[in-house]
Amino acid sequence: MSEITYKPGHEPHLRETRRIFRNIDRVGYDPSIACFIKDGGYETLKKAIKMEPAAIIDEVKKSGLRGRGGAGFPTGVKWTFIPKGNTKPVYLVCNCDESEPGTFKDRFIVHQDPHQLLEGMIIACYAVQAHYAIIYMREEFPEAAKIVQRALAEAEKNNFLGKNILGSGYDLNIILHRGAGAYICGEETGLINSIEGVRPYPRIKPPFFPAAIGLYGCPTIVNNVESLCQVRQVLMRGGEAYAADGATRSPGTRIIGVSGDVQRPGYYEIISGSITYGDLLYELCGGPKPGRSFKAIIPGGASAKVMRCDEVLKGRNPDGSVRKMTIFDVPMDLDSIAQHGSMSGSGGVIVMDDSRSMPEMLRNLNRFFAWESCGQCTPCREGNPWMLKLSTRICQGKASPEDVDLLKSVADNICGRTVCAFGEACAWPVQAFTTKFREEFLALTRPINAFKPHNPEAAEARKYLTRED
Amino acid sequence: MTEQPDAIAALAETKPSPGEKYYPPFKVTPELTKKAKAYIAMYPKGREQSAVLPLIHLVQEKHGYICPQSVLWIAEMCQSTPIHVQGIVSFYPGIRTSCPGKWHIRVCHTIACALSGGEELLSYVCEKIGIDPKAMTEEEPMAVSADGLWSIEAVECLAACGFGPNLMVNDALYSQMDQAKVDDLIEEYSKKA
Repeated sequence: MSEITYKPGHEPHLRETRRIFRNIDRVGYDPSIACFIKDGGYETLKKAIKMEPAAIIDEVKKSGLRGRGGAGFPTGVKWTFIPKGNTKPVYLVCNCDESEPGTFKDRFIVHQDPHQLLEGMIIACYAVQAHYAIIYMREEFPEAAKIVQRALAEAEKNNFLGKNILGSGYDLNIILHRGAGAYICGEETGLINSIEGVRPYPRIKPPFFPAAIGLYGCPTIVNNVESLCQVRQVLMRGGEAYAADGATRSPGTRIIGVSGDVQRPGYYEIISGSITYGDLLYELCGGPKPGRSFKAIIPGGASAKVMRCDEVLKGRNPDGSVRKMTIFDVPMDLDSIAQHGSMSGSGGVIVMDDSRSMPEMLRNLNRFFAWESCGQCTPCREGNPWMLKLSTRICQGKASPEDVDLLKSVADNICGRTVCAFGEACAWPVQAFTTKFREEFLALTRPINAFKPHNPEAAEARKYLTRED
Repeated sequence: MTEQPDAIAALAETKPSPGEKYYPPFKVTPELTKKAKAYIAMYPKGREQSAVLPLIHLVQEKHGYICPQSVLWIAEMCQSTPIHVQGIVSFYPGIRTSCPGKWHIRVCHTIACALSGGEELLSYVCEKIGIDPKAMTEEEPMAVSADGLWSIEAVECLAACGFGPNLMVNDALYSQMDQAKVDDLIEEYSKKA
């Protein structure tokens, strides 16, 4: 394979392994099919289309590939949830509604290397025997929509799509469907409703997976952009070889997006579990900004629970004894961080240094969730604006210490009482911020004397309560 | 088109906007209908309603926003009802019910961009294009300048978090913005007008 040169300033770090992002910011690479084929593209599809669909699913199951959209569900297992003896058409939807704050990996794939996604998607469609598939693209990617549309036409022209693909007798039609700027459309059943042309309210579970009942009432597989690209990697390398790399329970590479207060924010593709959060932030990202130190990390997109950098965590040695560690010693795979009460989600790491006010950060997140709540379930629709009000009041210095507890109790009462995971997504940051940085929240509050009027209206009302004799 | 414009007009009040002079008013043309039919044909038979969003994009791209007349037209094309289409229009933040300026600027102010100065960027852009940031409210998130050339909106996450602060002008994304870059950008777009 020829030597790859990257654009200046975009060279990968030595500890990175670029597979999905191999062609991102590469000199002389463009999103055309000619460029992709010259680079060995669509060879995996040619191989896969000669296999039995069940053999492909087996291969993906063997690889241990887990979904990259945030939940980390095994992709191959998800595919087998299509009911046996199903006679309805099967649909496959590619979730390109990337809108979790802190996550920005799919953007580069669809803008710079769309054929990689198409190849993975065609293989996935063939494996589940879908003849109609949809790429759901978020509205904020108007240029990517044009690029992918062009890529679809090119692929069809080259007989990688359409009727009788590569002489195999298999037909597939992929269309592009654009969203309109709603975060909730990233939830798979909300996304399906959005495609059906109704308000994108998430559907009631069960069924827990749209693989049973999904788009138009038919079995539907929803996979993330990166997951589908990883499917191509699995078929390219073979399931067992893929499973051999990285953490046992979450093999393969992971794309990490780092944002916030580090010297070199950006994307990094690493072998899962090969580095720790400390390696990522100090080595790959160049450490904190001059004169600053790290204070808090949100390890997996805005909805993950925040971690304090000085927090002492309990880790287990191989012999079973307990050792003390910090977030910087936690390996970057899908599960390690979950043992410490947060999640690795979609790989968006948001870093905050000691110059940041945590209540202010939480207020920003509350505003995001209040804005994006779809309004279907009362706890979330009403709770989010309430939490925003409370955190705004705390930031303005007008809150009492009890308001901090109230803020947490509102979050506790949203969590688990909604149709979709948005309830947890909006509650977790509040729970984590108010518990872990409680002193910072309390410092902004002042006790309110119930007998002392605290606004002009109260002072006005009070005059009727005082006796003048 | 069915005769019920009064009910739908009352439902979907559109605020007059100075930006309207830069966009052609909504009109059903054979060309538009042909494009719409092509979109509807993409979906399985009997699932015309799926084309509501693509048709909304089609109208919004050309005419700047979704007016009550276009809601009626979309409903008819997709074999749906105006109230259903209006329900979708009012749901999505990306669908506008009043006309933006010729250059519509979206500034991200979600956590990652805020960490790299998104809020400051927002107020600086507002100052540059002569819009009072207070004009952006929860009910009307978009503010249009008096000459109709510019409009601005604070949005949540544009998915380019590592390269903040980000803003979009119409379809183009601009990353790692600072005041000097905003100056150049505004000048560049003013010339294009």
